[in-house]
This record gives sequence, C-alpha cells and structure tokens, in this order.
Amino acid sequence: MGRSVNRTLAEKILSRASGRAARVGDLVIVPVSRVMVHDSVIDAVMAGLRDLGKERIWDTSRVCVFVDHAAPAPTPVVADSHRVLREWVREQEIPTFYDAGEGVCHQIMVEEGYCEPGTVIVGSDSHSNSYGAVGAFGAGMGATDIAVALALGRTWLRVPESIKVTFTGTLRKGITMKDAIMRVVREIGTDGARYASVEFHGVGDLPQGDRITLAGMTTEMGAKAGLVVGTPEAPDWLFPDRGATYANEVTIDLTTLEPQIAVPPRVDQVVDVSAAIGQPVDVVFLGSCTNGRLVDMRQAAAVLRGRRIAPQVRLEVVPSSRRQMEDAMADGTLLALSSAGAVIGSSGCGPCLGRTGGVLAGNEICLSTANRNYKGRMGSPDAAIYIGSPYVAAVAALTGVIDDPRPYLEASDAEFDELVARRRAERPGRGAASVRSGDRSRELVLTAARSGPAAEIDD
Amino acid sequence: MPRAWVFGDDLDTDQIVPGRYAPFMVGQDKFHLYAFCDARPGFAKEVKPGDVLVGGENFGCGSSREYAVAALKKLGIGGVVAKSFARIFFRNCVNLGIPVLESTDAVSRIHDGDEVTLDMPAGVLRGPRGDAPLRPLARFAKEILAAGGVVAYLRAHGDFPQVS
Repeated sequence: MGRSVNRTLAEKILSRASGRAARVGDLVIVPVSRVMVHDSVIDAVMAGLRDLGKERIWDTSRVCVFVDHAAPAPTPVVADSHRVLREWVREQEIPTFYDAGEGVCHQIMVEEGYCEPGTVIVGSDSHSNSYGAVGAFGAGMGATDIAVALALGRTWLRVPESIKVTFTGTLRKGITMKDAIMRVVREIGTDGARYASVEFHGVGDLPQGDRITLAGMTTEMGAKAGLVVGTPEAPDWLFPDRGATYANEVTIDLTTLEPQIAVPPRVDQVVDVSAAIGQPVDVVFLGSCTNGRLVDMRQAAAVLRGRRIAPQVRLEVVPSSRRQMEDAMADGTLLALSSAGAVIGSSGCGPCLGRTGGVLAGNEICLSTANRNYKGRMGSPDAAIYIGSPYVAAVAALTGVIDDPRPYLEASDAEFDELVARRRAERPGRGAASVRSGDRSRELVLTAARSGPAAEIDD
Repeated sequence: MPRAWVFGDDLDTDQIVPGRYAPFMVGQDKFHLYAFCDARPGFAKEVKPGDVLVGGENFGCGSSREYAVAALKKLGIGGVVAKSFARIFFRNCVNLGIPVLESTDAVSRIHDGDEVTLDMPAGVLRGPRGDAPLRPLARFAKEILAAGGVVAYLRAHGDFPQVS
C-alpha cells in the first residue's frame, strides 16, 4: 500500500471493467460495451471470425456497423465488398446498421448515443478514440482484434499511463477547438502520447462536437484513448481522483491561442497561421469526424455567405452525418456553401482518406479540416495537405491562399472585399502545377522545428 | 540469407500500404504488391521471405489498417525490429503472428541491405557489425506469437493467455 490509490480516468474505467484494481502497466481483460465495424475492414473481420470457428457474433445488440469509408461505392470492387457486408449484417441479424450516406461511424456512434460513458468500446478505425468525447474508453484496433472482440465480447488492454491536458481561458472569435487540439499535438508530437490516455480537463461543458474534435485527434499523438473529464453524459463515479499520477501535463491558454496550421506531411508540424499566410491552395476540404458538423459548416458559411470561392480553387464540403447535413440544410448553411461554389458530398468520410470524393492530383495543394496530412493520404503521393480550422478553410477557399481568418470576421463589407482582392492578387501561379511551385511546406517545416518540438523530416 | 530493410522514425501505415491500394480497393490477392510502393518503390518485388524490417521510433503509426501488417505477412516478412512501435501496429503484428521487437540499437547498427538473422531465443538481431539486443516481449504477447497469432491461440486454448 505504499503507492497512492488516486486513479486517473483510464485506471478507473479499466478497474471497473476488469473487476480488479487496474494500475498503469497491468494487462487486463475487459468486456466491451460495443464493437464498431466499418466497411473497409469487413472482409478481414469476416475472415477472422471464420478462422476462429465463430460463425455467430457474441451479442448482435452490441455491434454497430457502418458503410462510410468508401461510400457510396466508387468502384465495382468496393461495391462487391459492400454487398458482402450487407449480406453479413442480414445473416447475423445485426439491428444497428448505417449504410452509405448516413455518415462517419464516429459521429453517429457519439451523437446517436451508442457510447456508454465509463465503458470500453473497440472500433475498427483508429479514430475510435473519439468516444472519449462522452467519457467512453474508445480504442481503435485492427481487424483481427475486432473479430476476436466480436467472438468473445472481450478484449485485452495494457492499462495506459495518462497525460493531463488542461485548457484555461476562453476562445476568442475566429479560434476553434480544432486550433486548440492542434496546439496540443504541436506540444506533444505524433508519438508523445504513444500507448497513453490523454485526459482533457476544463472543457467538459463544451458542445459535444468540440469534444469529439479533441478526443478523436488524440490518435494523432499515438494515444490509446482520449477522455474528456466532466462531461454532462458522465455518471457520478467517472472522474479522475485529485492527486492521480500523470506521465506528463500540458496547459493550453485558449485566450491567447492563434489559428494553427499543420504543415505537410506531418500533423505535428504546426505553426501559427501568421507563418503560413499567403501559402496557395488548390483544393479545400471541409469535413471528416474531426470537423464535419453543423457548427463547422456554419463557421465556413459565416465567411462564404453571399460570396464566391476563388476561381482557381475547389471546395468540397462533406457533412459528418445525415443529422448534421439535414440541420445544415434546414438553416440555410448548406445553401450558402453551395451558392459560394462548394461541392456538397454525401455524409461519410469523404476524401479524408483518399478513397472517394475529390481525391487530390499530383502537385495539388489542399487545405483540409480533417486530421491527417501524411503523404498520399488524400490521393496522389505528390499532393500536399495543410490542416486547419473551418474558418481557415473558408478563407482559403475564398482567397486561394492560407490566411488569418480573424480580420475577415471583423471587417465591414468593403474591407472584406479589399482583403479578398488583395490576397487573390498576391496568389502566385495559375493552375495546380504552378501553384505547387509555391508550396512553402519546406520553409514552414523549419519554422515549426524552431517553434515547437518533435518536428523533423527526412525528405 | 535474409536482408534488412531499414526505415526511419514515424513510418506510418499509409507508407506501408497506401489507402488507395487497400484490399478493399484492389482485391484480396493484390494489395500486398503495393507494399511501400511510394516510400520504397520496388520493395514488393525484391523482398524475400524471412527479410526483416528495421525502424526507428513510432513504427507503424497512423491508420489502424491491419492490411498493412497482412501485406507484410503475405510477403513473408520474418520480423519487425524498431526503437518503438505505434500501439495498433504492434497489436496487429502480434495478432497475425509477425515477431515485433523493440531494439534501441538495431536502427543504427543495421544498414539497409545488410544480411541479418533474427535470433529470438538469444534475443538479438545479428548483423555484420554485431548483434543488436532485443527487448524481451511480455509473456502474453510471446504466447500468442508462439502459437502463430491470436486466432491460432484462441483455437487451441479457447481464451486469451492468462494475465498477471
């Protein structure tokens, strides 16, 4: 009993689930309250179940199946795979099935209430950490792990260390929780939370969507889970003890936060927007489980309503779920975006992972509101992807370059038009190939390296 | 004699098999042929069964795609040795029965193309400039690997290995 018995949120959840006092480093076997399966792994999951000799899954009421990763089917091979998935869902009599167009698995898992706070949920997608938005220990796993969970209703986990992230202050106009989490990634790096649980303090009362943005992006730091403390959904027992031990603590002041930009090809190469102003873009993507909600589309519409995007730029908007899409239809947000020249895609993962929708050509430069900017992520390996907030995305679509969104939100109509005209005139090059020669990612990588840790790049 | 393929830090699963070449996109019989097609063109043609991948920190980060590991399995990779691993990649290797071992020294001591021997019982990766020690695996993972993966283990034993 020499050690303190104060426990982190992860230790509390895994102790309760495993029925023993789970401490950092212990291996535990825990029941799962849900298993999330999506289209792109179904063949491997079915093969795993077959190889396990388990034709029936353990509890059909605890499984949620989605067609979202390449949906609607872009090719005959994908269409065949979707057909196989639908037949499997029917055969297994799984009641919870969301077909193409319903939305991104993570958005639906949280907004439709499939994530029970304080329980363990495994998902076949790495961003299953998103379920921590409501205090569920969501962990992404590969297809065989998912097959095993479907067969046994249990999984094994190593009890993770925890990193405490505290937000203080309040966001100013034009700054979002996307900027806040990118600031955290800049601080912690892509492997700074490897195997760890990231615990968020001071933001439990934020809207659910903002909490999904936070929890989901813990994946980009290598985390096993991302848990928001003190959410309205949490039961009384679900809080970390005062005096719990953390491997690392980070505090971010929201009041002084600047818009953040991740520079290709790493999500932890993050600079303040001031360093990236003028960087030309060809394509803007607004969507994904990170930033495809009504609030994100409204932020973009606040900039774009009544205006047209730059002639050299394409804007693609993909709502994260049908509910978010219909809300954005009902209040005129989608109409404003469409009138501004946006392509509106059906709800789902969209081009975030380069399988469907507007994939990127070689040499194209994209500003995306999603969560990853790896080489080749959204199409051609020769494309470059910058990541930013919905406000930054909207301004990039309008001007053709990355810019600080705040002046646009404060400007009179005349000042606004002048800002847009100036940026468009300064934009180097015409057309994708010449724009790429204006890509400043190398120079910005150096800036990122000077301003933050964990920024190095070989090529 | 197996050779080493050496990579740097933060090798992500989009580099191992890009999403556009998922089995889901190109078919179950072809996706492994695109292994490292952007990061190391020619890899899938030249790699031989038993070859060992060597890397730095955070090997296999990014997407949970198990087909990245399944591609390595199909190509007969004998093991992956890195300074550290991304958690999902590590689990996927154990589950599919690919030895996955941490070593601080391997990435500096072993050069790309070196002839190597992964000596699990001795706990070393042998190369022309000496042996790189491997960090011992947890018993839980070792038992699953010894069975050839989690499916084989569960078929034989009906449940997970004992914890603690």
